[in-house]
Amino acid sequence: MNKTWNNKAWFLVLPAFIVVAFSAIIPLMTVVNYSVQDTFGNNEFFWAGTEWFKEILDSDRFWSSLGRNLMFSFIILVIEIPLGIFIALNMPRRGIGVPICLVTMAMPLLVPWNVVGTIWQLLCRSDIGLLGYALARIGIQFSYASDPLHAWITVVAMDVWHWTSLVVLLSYAGLVSIPDAYYQAARIDGASRLSVFRYIQLPKMKRVLLIAFLLRFMDSFMIYTEPFVATGGGPGTSTTFLSIDLVKMAIGQFDLGPAAAMSLIYFLIILLLSWIFYTVMTSSDAET
Amino acid sequence: MLELINVTKVAGGQTHIHPTNLKLERGTLNVLLGPTLSGKTTLLRLMAGLEKPTAGEVHFDGADVTGMAVQKRKVAMVYQQFINYPAMTVYENIASPLRVAGESQDSIDREVKKVAELMRLTPYLDRQPLSLSGGQQQRTALARAIVKKASLVLLDEPLANLDYKLREELRAELPKIFAASGAIFVYATTEPSEALLLGGNTATLHEGHISQFGKTISVYRNPVDLISARTFADPPLNTMAFVKSGREFKVADSGPGEASAHKSLPVPAHLSGIADGPVTLAFQPHHISLAAPFPSAPKLRVKTLISEIAGSESFVHVEFGPSRWVMIEHGVCDLEPDTDVEVYIDSRHLMAFGSDGKALAAAPHDDSHRAG
Amino acid sequence: MAKINLDHIRHAYGLRPTAPQDYALREVHHEWNDGGAYALLGPSGCGKTTLLNIISGLVRPSEGRILFNDRDVTQLSTEERNIAQVFQFPVIYDTMTVYDNLAFPLRNRKVPEAQVDKRVREILEMLDLSDRAGKKARGLTADQKQKISLGRGLVRSDVNAILFDEPLTVIDPHMKWVLRSQLKSLHRQFAYTMVYVTHDQTEALTFADKVVVMFEGQIVQIGTPAELFEKPSHTFVGYFIGSPGMNVLSVDVQGSTARIGDISIDIGFAPKVGKGQKTELGIRPEFMKLSRKGMPLQINKVEDIGRQKIVRATFAGQPVSIVVKEDGEIPTDAHVDFVNSGINIYADSWRVEREG
Repeated sequence: MNKTWNNKAWFLVLPAFIVVAFSAIIPLMTVVNYSVQDTFGNNEFFWAGTEWFKEILDSDRFWSSLGRNLMFSFIILVIEIPLGIFIALNMPRRGIGVPICLVTMAMPLLVPWNVVGTIWQLLCRSDIGLLGYALARIGIQFSYASDPLHAWITVVAMDVWHWTSLVVLLSYAGLVSIPDAYYQAARIDGASRLSVFRYIQLPKMKRVLLIAFLLRFMDSFMIYTEPFVATGGGPGTSTTFLSIDLVKMAIGQFDLGPAAAMSLIYFLIILLLSWIFYTVMTSSDAET
Repeated sequence: MLELINVTKVAGGQTHIHPTNLKLERGTLNVLLGPTLSGKTTLLRLMAGLEKPTAGEVHFDGADVTGMAVQKRKVAMVYQQFINYPAMTVYENIASPLRVAGESQDSIDREVKKVAELMRLTPYLDRQPLSLSGGQQQRTALARAIVKKASLVLLDEPLANLDYKLREELRAELPKIFAASGAIFVYATTEPSEALLLGGNTATLHEGHISQFGKTISVYRNPVDLISARTFADPPLNTMAFVKSGREFKVADSGPGEASAHKSLPVPAHLSGIADGPVTLAFQPHHISLAAPFPSAPKLRVKTLISEIAGSESFVHVEFGPSRWVMIEHGVCDLEPDTDVEVYIDSRHLMAFGSDGKALAAAPHDDSHRAG
Repeated sequence: MAKINLDHIRHAYGLRPTAPQDYALREVHHEWNDGGAYALLGPSGCGKTTLLNIISGLVRPSEGRILFNDRDVTQLSTEERNIAQVFQFPVIYDTMTVYDNLAFPLRNRKVPEAQVDKRVREILEMLDLSDRAGKKARGLTADQKQKISLGRGLVRSDVNAILFDEPLTVIDPHMKWVLRSQLKSLHRQFAYTMVYVTHDQTEALTFADKVVVMFEGQIVQIGTPAELFEKPSHTFVGYFIGSPGMNVLSVDVQGSTARIGDISIDIGFAPKVGKGQKTELGIRPEFMKLSRKGMPLQINKVEDIGRQKIVRATFAGQPVSIVVKEDGEIPTDAHVDFVNSGINIYADSWRVEREG
């Protein structure tokens, strides 16, 4: 509604546009360039066409990494979104508890990625880690380094510990914006706790939840640092996600062409999935 | 002078404002009267320059200001919500537009005190807006708009969020305050009674059309069409389809066997010039009553529905054929529902509209004993 | 439906109230009849919403008890009190259809679906929303949404009381007339006990059998619309009800004569006014008649507001408003007469009874 027309306004957008161009569009074009060429070093390039794309799409390595990625995103979304909503619902709405809860919730978000990895790496070690040692004492030999299941549990736990807070804070913001009259009306209408959640809280949280969902999906799909630090993608390739694979390929093996092709495919997958999620989740708004 | 020339606003394929021409003189109070979503706010925003017209031009004092940014125009706006700077005192709130304009401390102080006195805010100058009552908060917002010395002050239902009695008080005060400032005031409201209390000029707005613009009281008395008459009636206008035939208005769909004396009205003198055929007759709720307004006043038989008693007067809802009417009776009048009663129509104030909704003849009004 | 007893109710929002000013609600002790329509009328901050919330159970009173049909419900929750309430702003369940919104309070109480359907269809018909029954409630305009809120309040026929908290705030003037008369006929038909909170005198007077006028946490008068108009028991009631409000003139009363400046008025009875009490004469603008003879008056301004004219004048040095009918005459050399039955005398702002 608050639209003014003023062509000078474009000048204000220009700096941001330039930054985006240099930080996103130009590197992306470089990647596109790499993905269709081959090199043997010495800065010599040969036209490779769609060869790298075919190679990537034909490789089991890619598909299994992609599968692990999808699995990982699925698991953490299934855990973090309901858990985040649940915690937000149980947070106090007024009084001294509010700032305490908010600060506590914000804490994990302030920890850098690699530190999270290190924390959990140490925590889960059965010789010196608090958790690992405790588990060992009750007879569970927890080893993320040798058991793929344990490695997965560690990586998922890390992400849940690190990022559920984001969902909590966003849900909480959605919840506190609901006027009291809604709750009063629901009580008078005799609505159950579940109905209040289903018909008032959930619809009113929908927009922020959509944002939380997309952020968590994109972020988890691009997960790199924590598993890299904690498990290094192992044991074997059990926690090797696309991003880790990509780095291995590009830096470790210096296969620039396939790596570039893979990044592009990776990028397109994220874009496509996000678009699908967004469309599906907002589509119910359109119906009358 | 503010002039809208063929101003049109289309957004998202929907026409919000149909081509509109309007001339507002300096030093006048102009009311935009219309229901919610009739385009009042859009029109205000077009006047302010917050929105650009899809077509047409906005002129101010003869100069085309259509594309000019709102910051460059001398415009002030007051909203339905009480919008003040919560962290500033009332004094600082009122002073803020002057500080932006870079006026000297002396003149700021003088202006703020003058306006505060006018708005009866002097005792509260050191308080913060949120510690004040709604009425005082809105006075602060009004004071800020007035102190700015804007040449155009736009008010979007400024009293809607206030208590009834506070509204009544401010309505009585506002015209004086407006008159003192010399700017063009445009005041949007949904309430006909508010327009009448404010006086000045009124434009009746309906679905993005201005149907009539003129002196408030004459728009009320002589609406040019049915829409204008309806917009300006509170309680709602009483209407009914009739057929003019010679010297009689006959009920359009009168059944057989009914006593015709209660189904027709003699054509009053001021409507005698209109052609025979279907007409819509309309009259205000205080022009129908149980007591004859003049000796030969015509009668109709109606069925009572429900009576609302409001102390000094009663609103009796009645049914006449397919039409529902409201009758204002003096004092307490509690009629048993579902009974037939005879009512008098003050035919001197009867209005007639053609099938296109246009007024067929103006209702005469005796202005002789209207004092200043 | 139920009779409501407010038994010595007081309420303070802060802890440990001591002075009367600490109470948002000072002392309310009344019985409201089963099937009555009551309006709580007063300016913002007068305690009317607090009182409503105490009745609905959203607020527990600091002191006193509340009884429905002689049963103490003070400690019962809102759900247990079995009431319906309509709020100032529309509260609708966005994701449900209009039909489901109305059915919600019934379904929550496990009413058989056939009965739900019958009741919902009745309400839809009454609110003129039948054609939108299957539509999502989200897409409606503000007044349609508020109609749904009203409908949800009316849909249960077994409630103890229906409470309204300024329900017509967001409704356009024309629609207000329609909804108000619908509420009124509903009340006639079903004899619900209804409590209606508003600051708008027209809404209060037209809605209620008994209007409860509140001011600064106290009930200043409970009466029929006619009583409030003719015999306001406090000058505040005189001011608050009627547009313009009652003219209040400071006077000197001796016997049955009131002296205003150098004008004497025979008031027809001898009010008992204590020494040192502030004495005032109240007369409504409707009870002052302009004439060519009578008492002198100076007219300052005439406001033509269509249906009537408001004459702003000075009478014996004090400002007064006089209401004149649309076609009423305003003489150039105006004088004024008081309608004797319209005169009330106030001692320290409270009305002095005529009898005795």
